[in-house]
Amino acid sequence: MSAAAQDTEQIEQPPQEGVATQQYLTFLMDEEEYGVDILAVQEIRGWESATLVPNSPTHMKGVLNLRGTIVPILDLRERFNLKTIEYTDVTVVVILKIETDKGSRTMGIIVDAISDVYDVPLDGIRTSGIADNQNAHFMKGLVTVNKNMVILLELNNLLTIDD
Amino acid sequence: MSVDLSQFHQVFYEESYEGLDAMEQGLLEMDVTAPDDEVINTIFRAAHSIKGGSGTFGFNQVANFTHVIETLLDEVRSGDRGLDQNTMDLLLESVDCMRGMLEELQAGGEPDMTTPDQLRAKFEAILSGESAGDAAGAGDGSAGGAGDGGAGDGADGGGEGGDGVGWLIEFIPEPQMLQTGNEATRMLRQLNEICEGKMAVTAHVDRVPGFHDLNPEHCYLYWHITVNFPLERTAIDEIFEWVVDDAEINISPLGQDVESAAAPSEAQEAQAPSETAQVVDIAQPQVEASAPAEAQAQAAPKKAPQESSSIRVDIDKVDNLINMVGELVITQSMLGELGENFDMAHVQRLQEGLAQLEHNTRELQESVMKIRMMPISFVFSRFPRLVRDTARKLDKQIELRMIGEHTELDKTVMEKLGDPMVHLIRNSMDHGIESPAERVANGKSETGLVELKAYHQSGNIVIEIEDDGAGLNTERILRKAKENGVVPQDANLSQEQIFDLIFQPGFSTADVVSDLSGRGVGMDVVRRNIAALNGSIEVFSEKDKGSRFVIRLPLTLAILDGQLVQVEDQIYIFPLVSIVESIQYKGSKLSNVGGHNDVLLLRDEYVPIVMLNQLFDIASQEKPLDDSIIVVVEADGEKVGVVVDELLGQQQVVIKSLEENYKKVDGISGATILGDGTVALIIDVSGMSKMSANHTPAQSKNVKPHKAA
Repeated sequence: MSAAAQDTEQIEQPPQEGVATQQYLTFLMDEEEYGVDILAVQEIRGWESATLVPNSPTHMKGVLNLRGTIVPILDLRERFNLKTIEYTDVTVVVILKIETDKGSRTMGIIVDAISDVYDVPLDGIRTSGIADNQNAHFMKGLVTVNKNMVILLELNNLLTIDD
Repeated sequence: MSVDLSQFHQVFYEESYEGLDAMEQGLLEMDVTAPDDEVINTIFRAAHSIKGGSGTFGFNQVANFTHVIETLLDEVRSGDRGLDQNTMDLLLESVDCMRGMLEELQAGGEPDMTTPDQLRAKFEAILSGESAGDAAGAGDGSAGGAGDGGAGDGADGGGEGGDGVGWLIEFIPEPQMLQTGNEATRMLRQLNEICEGKMAVTAHVDRVPGFHDLNPEHCYLYWHITVNFPLERTAIDEIFEWVVDDAEINISPLGQDVESAAAPSEAQEAQAPSETAQVVDIAQPQVEASAPAEAQAQAAPKKAPQESSSIRVDIDKVDNLINMVGELVITQSMLGELGENFDMAHVQRLQEGLAQLEHNTRELQESVMKIRMMPISFVFSRFPRLVRDTARKLDKQIELRMIGEHTELDKTVMEKLGDPMVHLIRNSMDHGIESPAERVANGKSETGLVELKAYHQSGNIVIEIEDDGAGLNTERILRKAKENGVVPQDANLSQEQIFDLIFQPGFSTADVVSDLSGRGVGMDVVRRNIAALNGSIEVFSEKDKGSRFVIRLPLTLAILDGQLVQVEDQIYIFPLVSIVESIQYKGSKLSNVGGHNDVLLLRDEYVPIVMLNQLFDIASQEKPLDDSIIVVVEADGEKVGVVVDELLGQQQVVIKSLEENYKKVDGISGATILGDGTVALIIDVSGMSKMSANHTPAQSKNVKPHKAA
């Protein structure tokens, strides 16, 4: 454990007892690793083509039938204004379920590939350094896991439809 | 042993609401001159149960209030007391009051005790033997007097002081007002000053009790003041500012109807936090019968009426359902067995099995839908009360006849039907039925008739509201439409078209009495609400004979007969009821109007054309129109021709909500899942035609959708 670096925390051992942690599912987009609260993840599916909804924003790729429920699918790359790519065999859709004050909401996001599940200590989440990012309000903070930087996403902001 | 009672609350609420309905129905049925013992017993039992239940769950306010009513009813039941119209009215009011209290409790708040305490005081007064000629009676008598007197003063004041330049003020202090250091004389003197002496004051002494009951520190007087001077309303409010909590102040402009509905609700809201009057009841104008209920609704946090989340179902329906499921299981195991070692020789059996499955599923579907059906009497039951109260207010004699109350319809449809029907019935009573004098003059009977009919007709439920009144006044409607610019001045409209005008937004006639005209509910909202239920409404009317409104609704909300169409590579669904016809586009019958809207000449009509691929921004190749099919649909009385590539089949589709997880999309009313598991969008015809009216072809920002690799 290097005592030197003050603003990044090295997690080489599992967090000590008594430190509150949260599990995050991480996925890759444009070679960056992003994480979402695992409790919000309902399932992970392969990409299949969705029904377009007229006059919807470009990042909204349509709606899918999820065992009887109509679920909108967003392309996260476009949401973050990253360049878009063709969907491949490993392109996945992460189905998320969030609680809002109007009830629960299920939506899907298209990502490049799934990465891993990490236990993140809550005090390890840093918020500095993202403030001037154009997508800042989608992000909860940064955390370093195994020397990699993971950007944790704020789901409620990500999944609101306000355009 | 402590049991968590809150799990039983919901049941208590539902039973209490049912009990209140039973009470109300009994009270309305009751003939005051010859009360039926059975009816009295029913009402008594209902009140008793509510009292018991609320006591058990610790809702003491409700229990205490109900106790007084129960005592009164008990006396009536045992013959010790007769019933009079006044008591009946109070009992009906108290039913409303209890409903309000229960709703507030159910919403998790504390009930506002202003009205209950007032009513209770009145009941206690009646019970303690004071009927005519003293506090309670005088209170009610003068309440009637004050209400009418107020209106009368208004009319007279208008005559005296010119039109509309002045105010009519009713200043009715609560008994304890003096104890808060406020003196009425001072306020009257102030008022006199600012209006330069141009006012007339009448003091009413009918609230003053007998000498023995008189409390020298209480204020029993109240005043009616006519100000014949153009004062600012705020100036008057300022004078009475200090006593807003301790007095009832009704201010209305001279020369108009007593609009005390607004002021007392403000006074009520202010009173709610302050301590409630206990000693002498407050005289209230008769108009306020509805105002306290409204005030309570306003004072309490605005919560939508709690729709009960349970249904009473006949045990037969449940048994039927169980039988259906049993048969389904048998068919399923039969098919399972077939599938185990299947070879083509058995394909016949497989087809038979599948046919059996289809049959079972259809029966099951019908069975399940029937469970959600409840007799329409649940909606109809609130109308006798409504008609009675409204007829009273309008000074008309109206009889309500209901036919087909046992007709069943889906519970959610029924709940949404209530408000539009209330509006239509009020219209019939207000605009349709004439005053008794007019009716006699026209050779009709004095009592007007409003008839509600409900019946099933080819998969729909039909509800008719018919009155034998004056009918729709086509000249007046046309004139009003021309005034509002809805219709050009020289327009010549057929009778149907004029009838259709009443559904235009902004057409709600404003000369309806204020507390009758509903909260911004016009006929356009009625039609929209009915359209939201996938239904339709038609108007028939004959001058001087009457009018009839016919509402048609599908028997269930969730399923729609749809026509599948293909546009480019997307499949959309049109509700079958909205389709008028489909034609193959041939030749050049298209004309261009205003640059970008095409119009098709269809027999004698010009029908605007909608290019769905442009409207919905679907990537498309330019195609000659000749290959297309035009589906002519109708919405809001207007026809629109929609260009599609192909007509696919027709099928029943289950409507799935798009808004649940996404948002409301213009032009789309919902989504459904097709047989192959993909999602198809259902088109909202009226939304789509509005979109097309506003649409200008913009650059397509649509990118060809990604395909699975």
